[in-house]
Amino acid sequence: MANYNTSEFRKGLKVVIDNEPYLMVDMEFMKPGKGQAVYRTRLKNMLRGNVIDRNYRSGDSIDAAEVEEHAVQYLYNDSRNWFFMNSESFEQYSIDKEFLGDVHKWLKDGMNVEVTFWNGKPISVDAPKNVELKVEYTEPAARGNTATNVQKPAKLETGADVFVPAFINIGDVVKINTQTGEYLERVSKS
Amino acid sequence: MESHDFRPGASFESLRVRARILAQTRNFFAARGVLEVETPLLCEAGAVDQHLDPILARYHPPGSQRPLDRWLVTSSEHSMKRLLAAGSGPIYQISRAFRDGERGRLHNPEFTILEWYRPGWDHHQLMDEVEALVGEILRSAPGGPRIPEGRFDRWTYRQAFLDALGFDPHKVSASDLCRIAGLEGVPPLPGLEAEDRDAWLNLLLLARVEGTLGFDRPAFLLDYPPSQAALARVRLDDVPVAERFELYVYGVEIANGYHELCDPKEQEARFHEANRKRREMGKAQLPMDLRFLAALEAGLPPCAGVAVGLDRVAMLALGSSTIDDVIAFPIDRA
Repeated sequence: MANYNTSEFRKGLKVVIDNEPYLMVDMEFMKPGKGQAVYRTRLKNMLRGNVIDRNYRSGDSIDAAEVEEHAVQYLYNDSRNWFFMNSESFEQYSIDKEFLGDVHKWLKDGMNVEVTFWNGKPISVDAPKNVELKVEYTEPAARGNTATNVQKPAKLETGADVFVPAFINIGDVVKINTQTGEYLERVSKS
Repeated sequence: MESHDFRPGASFESLRVRARILAQTRNFFAARGVLEVETPLLCEAGAVDQHLDPILARYHPPGSQRPLDRWLVTSSEHSMKRLLAAGSGPIYQISRAFRDGERGRLHNPEFTILEWYRPGWDHHQLMDEVEALVGEILRSAPGGPRIPEGRFDRWTYRQAFLDALGFDPHKVSASDLCRIAGLEGVPPLPGLEAEDRDAWLNLLLLARVEGTLGFDRPAFLLDYPPSQAALARVRLDDVPVAERFELYVYGVEIANGYHELCDPKEQEARFHEANRKRREMGKAQLPMDLRFLAALEAGLPPCAGVAVGLDRVAMLALGSSTIDDVIAFPIDRA
């Protein structure tokens, strides 16, 4: 298996520790004037998201994680499994809803997403940073209330619950930041 | 054609800050009657230290096919002590030093070191002078850190550990240190032996103590465990301590000084011990600097000496967080 030596350590490196893939999110070379050099690293578990700290000495190495990212298209779901297709190889994958976490609520049929594979197994799905989705239900727009800082709940076509400004109506298409779940703007009116 | 970026990594503002620090330093020593000297960067032998790796260069004497090994200095300490032993009086030098394998936010393998020696002084007198110079440089830097008026702090190694971690570093065993590191959540180093006391102390110093030093005002850390004496004298208090100090500003180590060891036998023994530890670590053996040992034999006057990392001083003066901001061409673009 390929591995990385301390001299190759840098942010963004994908490595295997205790049989799980980790992303190096921080790395610092530390050396006291009269002491041993220490590579202080912070690593994020790519399966579970928890962060750990690890120290290494010059010359130590860590196994490289065979991680690949593919652009895939979201096809459909049977409410347990979400199905995707590799846009180049047409290979299909299913991913458990539990595993998808919050991402599933932004996915619309035909949407292109990035899936990360480790040893051929999908381990994470990244929704696009912003998505445009139709409002399926929200209370009617309050007449005369044009203030944009007053927000009301809305359900989107994918089932996601978000907050939108008071002037948004059923059938409007809105742009949402998938990282924060925040409304960004109205794309089109119903 | 491949495009090569020729431009410096540092801004011209930071190069001006560097230049100003060099000028301030020279004025400071001129006013105090300390002689500026220059000593070789290429030497037949240099420091023998467990954790310092010199860079090897090859020199061909005229007409020779066979190169001679020459080492780039890790500091100019040996040559400067030879001058002191020969009767130079107080001297300072601004030069480059080279250390293999050192690269990071605070490290470039080639760096600028200010080193000076004061015959007849002890490390406390020298700390006063370091304080005067560093205080002057940092307080006059427009974008520099806030350095309150008044004296820098002086913390013994013992007090700093007591304050940050609640134990006396001179009195705990290696296995206790290992346990404390675990309780503190400090990740161990793979392969670090449970009985390597200094390595555990260093790990705790890096992880939990350094980050507390020099934030209210710059702080000297002094009186190290004798096992970390390097080239410092050892004094017998209730426990033996090395008369060595380091200066921290906002958690960054910028100086290392000693009340200098003058005993040639002790010095030679420490070099042999360092080489023995290097062998254990699988590192190359380094040649003994016999001219340096001869200088100690002839008599190094009692003195105190210090080395200051000028790149880091410039970094602090600029309010920067990485050394690359103050080096025109760091190693990756040298």
